[in-house]
Amino acid sequence: MGTALDIKIKRANKVYLCGEVLSGVVVITSKDAVQHQGVSLTMEGSVNLQLSAKSVGVFEAFYNSVKPIQVINSTIEMVKPGKLPSGKTEIPFEFPLHMKGNKVLYETYHGVFVNIQYTLRCDMRRSLLAKDLTKTCEFIVHSPPQKGKLMPSPVDFTITPETLQNVKERASLPKFFIKGHLNSTNCIITQPLTGELVVENAEAAVKSIELQLVRVETCGCAEGYARDATEIQNIQIAEGDVCRSLSIPIYMVFPRLFTCPTLETTNFKVEFEVNIVVLLHDDHLITENFPLKLCRV
Amino acid sequence: MAAFPWHPRSRNYTSEFESCRLEAVLVEFGDYHPLKPITITESKTKKMVRKGSTSSTSSSSSSSMIDPLSSVLDGTDPLSLFAATADSVTTAANTDSTRKKRDKDDSLVVGSDFEPWSSKRGEILARYTTTEKLSINLYMSSEKGKATTPGSAVSEKVRTRLEELDDLEEGSQKELLNLTQQDYMHRIEDLNQSLKDAWASDQKVKALKIVIQCSKLLSDTTVIQFYPSKFVLITDILDTFGKLVYERILSMCLDNRGSLPDNFTPESVNDTAKETCLNWFFKIASIRELIPRFYVEAAILKCNKFLSKMGISECLPRLTTMIRGIGDPLVAVYARAYLCRVGMEVAPHLKESLNKNFFDFLLTFKQMHGDTVQNQLVVQCVEIPLYLTLYSPAIDWILQCIAYRAPEILLTEMMERCKKLGNNALLLNSVMSAFRAEFIAARSMDFIGMIKECDESGFPKHLLFRSLGLNLAMADPPECDRLQILNEAWKVITKLKNPQDYINCADVWVEYTCRHFTKREVNTVLADVIKHMTPDRAFEDAYPQLQSIIQKIITYFHDFSVLFSAEKFLPFLDMFQKESVRVEVCKCIMEAFIKHQQDATKDPVILNALLHVCKTMHDSVNALTLEDEKRMLASLINGFIKMVSFGRDFEQQLSFYVEARSMFCNLEPVLVQLVHSVNQLAMETRKVMKGNHSRKTAAFVRACVAFCFITIPSLTSIFARLNLYLNSGQVALANQCLSQADAFFKAAVSLVPEVPKMINIDGKMRPSEPFLLEFFCNFFSTLLIVPDHPEQGVLFLVRGLLNVIQDYTWEDNSDDKVRIYTNVLHLLSAMTQETYIYHIDKVDSNDTLYGGDSKFLTEINKLCEAVIAQILDHLKTLGQEETLKRQSQLALYFFNSILAHGDLRNNRLNQLSVNLWNLAQKHGFADTKTMVKTLEYIKRQSKQPKMSHFTELALRLPLQSRT
Repeated sequence: MGTALDIKIKRANKVYLCGEVLSGVVVITSKDAVQHQGVSLTMEGSVNLQLSAKSVGVFEAFYNSVKPIQVINSTIEMVKPGKLPSGKTEIPFEFPLHMKGNKVLYETYHGVFVNIQYTLRCDMRRSLLAKDLTKTCEFIVHSPPQKGKLMPSPVDFTITPETLQNVKERASLPKFFIKGHLNSTNCIITQPLTGELVVENAEAAVKSIELQLVRVETCGCAEGYARDATEIQNIQIAEGDVCRSLSIPIYMVFPRLFTCPTLETTNFKVEFEVNIVVLLHDDHLITENFPLKLCRV
Repeated sequence: MAAFPWHPRSRNYTSEFESCRLEAVLVEFGDYHPLKPITITESKTKKMVRKGSTSSTSSSSSSSMIDPLSSVLDGTDPLSLFAATADSVTTAANTDSTRKKRDKDDSLVVGSDFEPWSSKRGEILARYTTTEKLSINLYMSSEKGKATTPGSAVSEKVRTRLEELDDLEEGSQKELLNLTQQDYMHRIEDLNQSLKDAWASDQKVKALKIVIQCSKLLSDTTVIQFYPSKFVLITDILDTFGKLVYERILSMCLDNRGSLPDNFTPESVNDTAKETCLNWFFKIASIRELIPRFYVEAAILKCNKFLSKMGISECLPRLTTMIRGIGDPLVAVYARAYLCRVGMEVAPHLKESLNKNFFDFLLTFKQMHGDTVQNQLVVQCVEIPLYLTLYSPAIDWILQCIAYRAPEILLTEMMERCKKLGNNALLLNSVMSAFRAEFIAARSMDFIGMIKECDESGFPKHLLFRSLGLNLAMADPPECDRLQILNEAWKVITKLKNPQDYINCADVWVEYTCRHFTKREVNTVLADVIKHMTPDRAFEDAYPQLQSIIQKIITYFHDFSVLFSAEKFLPFLDMFQKESVRVEVCKCIMEAFIKHQQDATKDPVILNALLHVCKTMHDSVNALTLEDEKRMLASLINGFIKMVSFGRDFEQQLSFYVEARSMFCNLEPVLVQLVHSVNQLAMETRKVMKGNHSRKTAAFVRACVAFCFITIPSLTSIFARLNLYLNSGQVALANQCLSQADAFFKAAVSLVPEVPKMINIDGKMRPSEPFLLEFFCNFFSTLLIVPDHPEQGVLFLVRGLLNVIQDYTWEDNSDDKVRIYTNVLHLLSAMTQETYIYHIDKVDSNDTLYGGDSKFLTEINKLCEAVIAQILDHLKTLGQEETLKRQSQLALYFFNSILAHGDLRNNRLNQLSVNLWNLAQKHGFADTKTMVKTLEYIKRQSKQPKMSHFTELALRLPLQSRT
């Protein structure tokens, strides 16, 4: 490789808040001097929405992909056309992360139907003979801390055959009694979801108890809206026939990038839920759902 | 050629001796003494062996896209960020040095009195084995298969990667069935290696996958009896992984100031390192399954140090409660053991979570008898007692961690808690193996009471007694309880039906008995062991334990007369019926005897017993016995023979030697020793009689001599025979047994032609000539004083010897024959002196016999002439190109001899010496330094009285410069 482009963002974790200045350097390394038609740097932020085939049908999903929503976009010319010396050239840059108009700088989020992504792209245009060089690099935007104190909202729950909905033959169910609590369903995204769960008794042996983190994405469009719930991750908190009456910790770290503070806009919504899934040895699956509200403080 | 007549120089030995003797100086204590052992204070510098550099080959240009994973989220990702750390060499070196320091630090925190995991490891591996077939579930990934194209959406790549991780958890698994235990261990070792390889080649995802795979194996409890060993093997891998991650992050913390101090704070860690570390934790937090998530996080617990000060102290309790989610009690208890192990290593001061772990374990204790576990045991056909023993290593370890430097109160509390639970035998056993021996010993009676109350069907009782015994072997119970403890314990032990269980207990308790009681009690115990082990030849399966019993007894009883007077000791020895074991035991006893017996003994009890023991050892020798083994046995027997002394009763001593000879005839070194011992006995006798033998002692000495004369021919080693003949001849001569001495010397002379050209020394064939040369020199110095036999001719022995030398087939390319001839010349010169240089008391040598008779002298001179002729002949044959060097050396050697022994006032001799000098230098092979020194010597000598002719000689000896 003759010439190499690289973008180095100053912060190691690449996390910036709205209003801060994104800074870094573009590094160009080359053995020989490079002739070019200009080097530019573009910052882009967009929300990509996609309609699921399930909600609107295959064809609509294909055609009706909602247009990406541009959140932020700016380009600067870093170097005028000319020649760069051989060796390593570092060009520093700075981008203020300002909101455009009344638009909001949403937090970075990687979902299935909603994707909020921010990238830096560096382009080096070159003459006809040499290919243009491009390098992209993602940076991460966190929304500013929400004002106001977060009120913890603890939830107690009990699960017995009687509390279940959607049961076909209630009589065939083995007896069980599970209770527990979540310390809060209002969660700070940087802190784990915590709580406790106790299997007081269960006729059938317990096979596994899992926490399933679910994202609920809603995309609105002209024809209405599509709402889809998909799994982000599944964390096992108990394996095998656990000891009765002994509290088992509920503990789940929210994965970065795949979660963001609960988000509600005119065009789309991103919400989260957690399911507690108890799997019994005779393959009975018991699920208890809890909507969560994530925020950043 | 003209014969050179020999003119020996006449010498005054006394004056010569006076003139050259050094002044005797008393050596003061503490002064330098040549024989004092040299002590060198060596400053050892411990070398750190550098492990194969684990640093990545830095591929900082992420645009090259070789690794599909490295381009994602460039930099923030732990798995690719490593790639950015360049300068691997300094990094690795620095890491090494910090690690070294750190290790030292840690060892300061956890004292050396803490028995480390590494010492438990081997024990567990050896104890928990299986013959059942095992299986490994492995996800066989095709790492390179899923390369994403460069430039595709970042999220997509992240997703692929997570899928890959998921894949390995759920998807395509490959099950390896029907592995033997050996195969299984190899597989695990392979995995360990591939982890290191993956790490070294910068495939961090693969490394993580391997670790997750491995820890997942720990949730599998099929073939449950192998589980403890499996735990050991797999946690080895986890340890490796933890170390790799820690060191890598540590190496990222390097900046211009060099490496971090040992006790760094999170503030001094740079952002990149922190971010990387954080990424590891996030990645691990998203592992789906509980057990792998727990183990992998525990493995990198130490990395919390990079993030926050409180990290570890917050993490440990969380991980502790996390284990509550593990349903299988056995899996859970081992998880706890691992957490305690990591906790002790990383933060030994955090005792709380150790206790918490134990209490949590007590809470789940009832699970062991729950249906789930019972059903599993039925399926696997495992008995409850066996199942319970599987817990021991883990509980032992947890309790050991808790007990380490713990206050007495805590230990008492723990014990109380254990007592409260039903079927506490398992816990009791662990308490006994983990807590301080002193603590246990002080409460021995309580423990015995508790053990007795235990349920028969649960944990095997003999193991409990064994554990108690082990403690008592290390620490002493209160004086007043001692006998009662033994009685109580033995009452139970003796009732054990299974000989194997019985002997395991007895083995341990013998030590306690030896420690605190006398011969009588030990004897009783031995009797009991014999009673138990004899039926059905049960001892055949218990040799190691029986052997260890013997070893314990001989470590405590150094007085062998006491030991052998215990009437059950020898019957106990009789139980060792397999010869190899029997010989081992005998060796042990002999070693102890040689080590501990201070004075020589004639105690018939010891002699009888040890002769029996030695005889056993001797009889084990057969055609297949190795040389080393023979040597070992012989040295033990020799040690015994040397320790036997009947004092002034020489007759008895000799008859003991005679008996020994008949007993140990197969071991040559023993025969050699016996000949030496008998010779020594003869000399002892001479000493007692102050040289004047009475008729009785003379007869006794002759008996000794006869003993030697008979014994020597039975040896096969020719040099041993030669030397012993010479030696015994000297002893006979000293004891005025002239004809016997003659017989020895004659035997030696007639043996010389049999000396083979090559002899076997330590398994290698070596030429025998140097040994022969040495022997001859030795022989000559004895021959000087041997008086001629009146019926044989003059110098009968010397002539005989000369003939033998003449006829012996010497190596073609060796000069030893000539060297020997030169030495003969020395001997003959010494023989012509008026008074010989030394004599033997009460033996008239030839100087007195002949009184310088001219006939005698002529005879000698004739011999000399013949010898010189031989030498010169030989010198002449060395005239070829390739032998010139040898010629030069020999000429100089001969020259020196003439200088020392010849009378150089004789012209012909003088001329001969000049010729030799020139010959030595002629072809430039002479060492100039030696020549100069020799010349200096001659000049110095010339200053002595009657040596003035040396001045003239010196003038005739030119020095040839090499150039």
